[in-house]
Amino acid sequence: MAGLRIGSGSAWWGDRLEPARLNAERGDLDYLCFETMAEATISAAQVRKRRDPDFPGYDTYLDDRMQRVLPGCLRRGTRIISNQGWINPEGAAERIVHWLRECGAPKGTKVAAVSGSLITDRVLGLTDTLMEDGRPSASLAGSIVSAEAYMGAEPIVAALREGAQIVVTGRVADPSIFMAPMMHEFGWDPLDHDRLGPGNGIGHVLECGAQATGGYFCDPGFKDVPDPWDLAFPIAEVESDGSAVITKVAGTGGAVTLRTLKEQLFYEVHDPANYLTPDVVVDFTTTELEEVGHDRVRVSRISGKPRTPTLKVSIACQEGFVGEDMFFYAGPGALRRAELAKRILEERFRIVGLQAEEIRIDFVGLNAIHGGSAARTGPEPYEIAVRVAARTRTREEALKVGREVDGMAVSGVGMTGKRVPHQDRTREVIGVWSSLVPREALSPVITFYES
Amino acid sequence: MRLPLQHVAHVRSGDKGNTSNITVIAYEPDLYPYLKEQLTAERFKAFYAGMVTGQVTRYAVDRLGVLNFVAEGALGGGVSRSLCLDNYGKALSAAILGFEMEVPESAANLLRNYHPEVA
Repeated sequence: MAGLRIGSGSAWWGDRLEPARLNAERGDLDYLCFETMAEATISAAQVRKRRDPDFPGYDTYLDDRMQRVLPGCLRRGTRIISNQGWINPEGAAERIVHWLRECGAPKGTKVAAVSGSLITDRVLGLTDTLMEDGRPSASLAGSIVSAEAYMGAEPIVAALREGAQIVVTGRVADPSIFMAPMMHEFGWDPLDHDRLGPGNGIGHVLECGAQATGGYFCDPGFKDVPDPWDLAFPIAEVESDGSAVITKVAGTGGAVTLRTLKEQLFYEVHDPANYLTPDVVVDFTTTELEEVGHDRVRVSRISGKPRTPTLKVSIACQEGFVGEDMFFYAGPGALRRAELAKRILEERFRIVGLQAEEIRIDFVGLNAIHGGSAARTGPEPYEIAVRVAARTRTREEALKVGREVDGMAVSGVGMTGKRVPHQDRTREVIGVWSSLVPREALSPVITFYES
Repeated sequence: MRLPLQHVAHVRSGDKGNTSNITVIAYEPDLYPYLKEQLTAERFKAFYAGMVTGQVTRYAVDRLGVLNFVAEGALGGGVSRSLCLDNYGKALSAAILGFEMEVPESAANLLRNYHPEVA
């Protein structure tokens, strides 16, 4: 018999919507799990909330995702775990209850909201130094937009134990969202690192959605992926020992192979023997991968070590602005003209006294992505986009970038291409810093709602 | 014979703060020893000169034929601060595909998409 079937519904906020419905309807899932938060999602939500008090604060695609997956999930009895709650898990839970009613869910279907990860007001009292540069955390005072700790799987497991059909959370470590069902269904102890290590490892494979099924993978001629426009999100058939077969709905595009899984296994991992999560320290170096069928790879022997006494907290701060703009050259001599345009802009920024912490003028098509290590061989590019960006303390300074690029239209180099209208040529920079807080400092709050 | 790493390994990069990890995965287990011997942390760092400002640490996972390079100071201060067009550094891993390495003729049949006449 196949093990517990856990499917992915999203890898980030902007992910495709249809593969979640596919998994809900054809994945035969016990659990469908959504990851919708990048590191800066919560701070962006806080900034938006300041500007727009009516912004509910949860995933802006909550309605779209729920409408697509609820019918399939209700039919199959698939439970949903999701971090779409962002800065308002309770509001998200109430909205989900609304959609449950719309879909004709049985009365009394339980939705749980897990909050408690937001510690904006007390973070400075809980942390000493910043992980990035060892500075005292107190140096961020006055600029903090939000601070949230990464919770583990335990509060989700508690909500499942109380009968929640859907659990929606604030900040929870990505793999923990996917591991919570394993802990609940297999009865794993929160301190059993021999189980939680593999469980979190499998969670890590699932948390990036299509990245395990051929997304972010194909390189034509070297790594070909069938029908990459029709990728399904991964499904794990997990056994109680924490081994799993990774697969996807049959008849879809993409591929589950040793290669796709090796890439995903180490994605955003630093020391592979010590991948820190709130629940356990994962050791990927013992992993065994085996192809056991078409689009079926068995992952086993991931191991675990005891969890650390601390939790990571992300602290988002206001750090000024970026001004950015772009213009273009084409045809013979495009690069020469771009180089002169760069020189003109550098002089103009000096003349207008641009106060910037960093300035970049790149030639897109030549060195914008790989900077100084870009190879400059072969014929000159036919087209060059000149991209100008500067990071400044104030919006006024950032606006100078666009003003000077505007001047290039009639006072610059011949045959300069420009696009109009210009919008949003400045943006606010929300810098993210990391620190550690004692595990005990966090008390998750679980609130239940019923349809 | 000398050829670009592209024929020996595939790659993926991921971001965390101002640090990028670039995973280099041998296409075949028998190619891994050449990779491990030649693509040292020092050579990796030299290859990314002008991009990676901090320390490079190499982790080897022999069982899977994987080298994981953790490059500090690779993302212009991190996603939100970076002035790089590719501010997540998602395309960062592609550069190392051009790393020139030495593979014996006897291993030619293991190379990915390798055609001597065009190489």
